Formats: sequence, structure tokens, C-alpha cells
Amino acid sequence: MEKILRGCCVVPGTCEGEVIATSQAISFWGGVNPLTGCINDPRHELFDQCISGKVLVFPFGKGSSTTSLIILELARVNKAPAAIINMRSEPILATGPIVSKHFYGKEIPVVTLEEEAFKMLKTGQNVAVNAQEGLVRIRDKL
Amino acid sequence: MRLTDEERRIANGEKGEAPRLALSISMELGELFGAEEMMQVSQVHIDSSVYMVDAGLEFAERLAELGGRVAVPTSLNISAIDLERWEAYRVPPELLEKSRRMEKAYLKMGATPTWTCAPYQQGMIPRFGEQIAWGESNAIAFANSVIGARTNRYGDLMDICASLLGKVPKFGLHLPENRKAEVLIHLNGVSKEMFEDNAIYPLLGFLVGELAGDQVVAVEGVPQDVKVDNLKAFSAAAASSGAVGLFHIVGVTPEAQSLDMCLRGLRPKEILEITPRMIQDAEERLSIAKRKMPDLVAIGCPHLSFIEFTELVRLTKGKKINPSVTFWAFTSRTIYGWIKNCGILKDLADSGVMTFTDGCPLQYPHENWHFTVMMTNSGKCANYCYSQTGLGVVFGSLEDCVTTAIQGKIHRGNPPWRKY
Repeated sequence: MEKILRGCCVVPGTCEGEVIATSQAISFWGGVNPLTGCINDPRHELFDQCISGKVLVFPFGKGSSTTSLIILELARVNKAPAAIINMRSEPILATGPIVSKHFYGKEIPVVTLEEEAFKMLKTGQNVAVNAQEGLVRIRDKL
Repeated sequence: MRLTDEERRIANGEKGEAPRLALSISMELGELFGAEEMMQVSQVHIDSSVYMVDAGLEFAERLAELGGRVAVPTSLNISAIDLERWEAYRVPPELLEKSRRMEKAYLKMGATPTWTCAPYQQGMIPRFGEQIAWGESNAIAFANSVIGARTNRYGDLMDICASLLGKVPKFGLHLPENRKAEVLIHLNGVSKEMFEDNAIYPLLGFLVGELAGDQVVAVEGVPQDVKVDNLKAFSAAAASSGAVGLFHIVGVTPEAQSLDMCLRGLRPKEILEITPRMIQDAEERLSIAKRKMPDLVAIGCPHLSFIEFTELVRLTKGKKINPSVTFWAFTSRTIYGWIKNCGILKDLADSGVMTFTDGCPLQYPHENWHFTVMMTNSGKCANYCYSQTGLGVVFGSLEDCVTTAIQGKIHRGNPPWRKY
């Protein structure tokens, strides 16, 4: 059975992929290695895990204003997450996928969900994201 | 978004491709945050000036090639290297070449070569209430909170767009209604004595960022005579552990002359507290190398002020840094000129302290230095140290850093919050 979560479009795009979820905020600079796409903040619960090609679920961004540049670089070297799902996307976070679309023509869809829907996303689920519509479909059987 | 006639001409490409690209990126960001129009800013601070990855260089060079020009006074954040003392900093040729290309692109677009992450301590300092567009998380939080200027947390790339347009979408912290505190943090049991140790400020900042997340926060209980450099350290740490663009310190920062003023008469959504036990815990969490002996002591994150240099030279004068330790101090070109003129630079060099400009201890050319553990008095630097440099890290006060470097033996003082 499919479960459909409805939220808001931040940056348009569509994708399907495996969820990697955390309840902790992420700073991409000082948090994600731009060469490998792996979390390199030793205090983060996703430490050493790779976010490339995954649907990355975290509540909101934090920290460095270089986050947007690291997201752009991840897109340039094809190591970006397939999509980003937040509760709130602050300007620094949104800038990366926006510039990536305008400058490299590469899509990183971003969607925000209310807390209740956000919490239904768990690592390992398979989801389809349609950012324009603000929709996240959980494919796995419930 | 509603565009003016001039903005429409920019959107149509009549003013060139660089402003067109800058406007389409800005408009998409603005629409996302519900902005209805663009607004003028008086100055921009560009964080994207550091060469770190090729995407940043490609973006800057493209805009410069397309004839992009700053529309308002624009300062530059750090470089990846000391652009003048790159030999002493052991910069490899490729990093030198790419940092020079970055410099060339930004200077071609008309930016001012300030090369500092503490632009609020010299140069183009905004006034209270001034609408600006700043990048660099520590500088954003400082400008909003300590000065009361108004900027969103602008990310790299968006900062360049703001500079080329002299405009940003009107939303967020530019608007007074979004600047009220939503979270209130009380300091519970944090005594006056604890504030005599400067190391408390970055630790408090680190905790405040964690607790506040992405919300505007007010902190009650910080002494009114807190020094600007302490607020700088607090701001940098808070903006590293949280998405803190604006904090209020009751009785200290300009929009919080009273608690009621920063809450705008409303109740906070959340009331939290910080205890001495939490400060001690933050210090331990930041010091992932525990008591391992550092081979690098690095200060100046954010860049040292002149006052911080007078403190450093007071602690080091007539003494020598132990040969087992490298001691780096980072600052801006402006402050470097001042310490050179008054002899501090020479005193520091005689003690074995290496002073660099432009650069950042979190970006040093690690292939040509072989450190294992860094010690720093910066909460921001300690927070990002492992992920950015791969080094273990020990957090300590400036006194601890200097004593460790001189003795060649790890020294951590006994601040009062460790008794809990």
C-alpha cells in the first residue's frame, strides 16, 4: 500500500530513491565531504554514512553559509542527494539546489513537510518525490 | 514577485547575462520564501571568495567573464590561503593558482579585497537598522544581533547575486516582524565568576545554537559588560551549531534592551535553560581529542581583533613557543597593518607565533603540514575541526592554548563550570 505525504515545493523536480533520515540538523560545509558525499561531522548520528543518490531527510539546515556551495559542488560531481526533504528549508540550504538548477541544469528536488508527515519517513524506505506537487509517496508496504 | 521596470529589463537580459542570472536565482529564492518584491541593500559581504571546490570558482569566473559588476560596496570573506605569505603557509601550486583565479574574478567584478571573516571589526561596518546582504555565518549573526543591521542568512553564490544586483528579495530577517525572539534561554546557576573566563562565551554560543536550531533566540543572564570579542566568539559558535541568524542578549544587544522588547510583548514559544553542567558537557563534546597533546595551536576563528592581539602578546612576550608545537594566529590585512606598526607582530614572531592574513585554520593546506591534533579557543573552529581538517581537537581558553604551546605539554585550566 502506498502512503502519500503532502507538503510544499521548495525546489521543483522529481525522483525516486531510498530514504536516509535523521532528526538532527545538517551543515553541508563541515558536515558533508564534497568529494565523497559522506557525512563527516563526528557528532552527527549519520557520521560516515553516504547521502549521494539518496532522499535525504533532515529537519532543517544549520551552520555554515558555505552549505550552498557544497551542495552545488556535490551536484557538479554527481554526488548530490537525489532529493532533500525538510520541515523547514532556510535560505542557505535552498540556494544550493536553486543555483544547481540555474547554473548546471541539474535538479535536486526539495520538499518541506509538516512535522507529523516528516516523522513518517524512515531510513531504508523507498519513496517517489514530486516536488512541484509537494508530494512524497512511500512505496513500501505498511 | 512584482518587478519594477528596471528589474524587468534585467530579467529580459537587457542589462547583460550576469545580472539576469543573478535575478533569476534571487527571484526563485524570494518566491520560495513568499517575497513580493525585491529591496535595496547598501552593501554585501561575499563568503564565496574562498577557493574550496571547483563549482565556486566556475560560478565566480563565469559571472566575471559575463561582465558582472558589483552594484553596491562589496567586501570579501576569507581566501583559502594567505595570498601574500603563501610560501610560509606551504601552499601547494594548484591551490595557489585557484585562489589567485578566485581573487582575480572578484576583483574584476569590483569587490574590495578585505579578505576577512570579521568584517564588522574594520572597514565597511553597517549601522543599526541598515539593510545589508551578508554571507559568512558568524558575520551574519554578529551583524544582525550585535549591530542590529538586517540581513538574512545568505549562502554562498546567493551573496554574489545580491552584490551584482544591489538588491535581495524582501523577506525574513529584513522585516522587523520576523526579528522577535521565539525561544528564550535562561542561564541557570551560571555564576558571575564563570564569566571571568572568556572560554565561557564560545561554549554558551555552541549550546545556544544547538537549543535554538533555526529560531530567533533570546538569552537572559549574560553580564552587561560583555566585551565585543566575547560576543564575536559567541556568535561564531552559535552560528555553527545552529542556523542562528539573529540572537538577542537581554540588556546587551540593541534590539533587546529589555526582555519584553525582543519578545515584542509576546510569550516565547519555548523556554529553555543552560546550566553549568551543560557548559562542561559542551566543552567535553567539542574536545574530541580529550587530553592528547596538540601539535598545532590555531587562533583567529573568526579573525583576531587588535584587542585580542594585545592579549596574546601579553601572554607570550619574552617566552618561546615549544618547538614541538606550531602556533598560528589568523587576522585581516587591516589589523595586520596595525600590529605591525606598533611592534606586536615582531614580539609575536620573536616568540615563535606565525601570524597569517586572509586565510582560515579550517582550510589550511594539510598536505604540506603533518599535524594530528589542533588546540583552539574557538568554539566554531573546534566544532568543524575534525570534519574540515581530519585533526583531533582540544578546546581551551586563550590562556590554556598559550600555556600548552609554551610548555609543550597539554594544559587545561580549571574553569568554575567544571566543578559541576
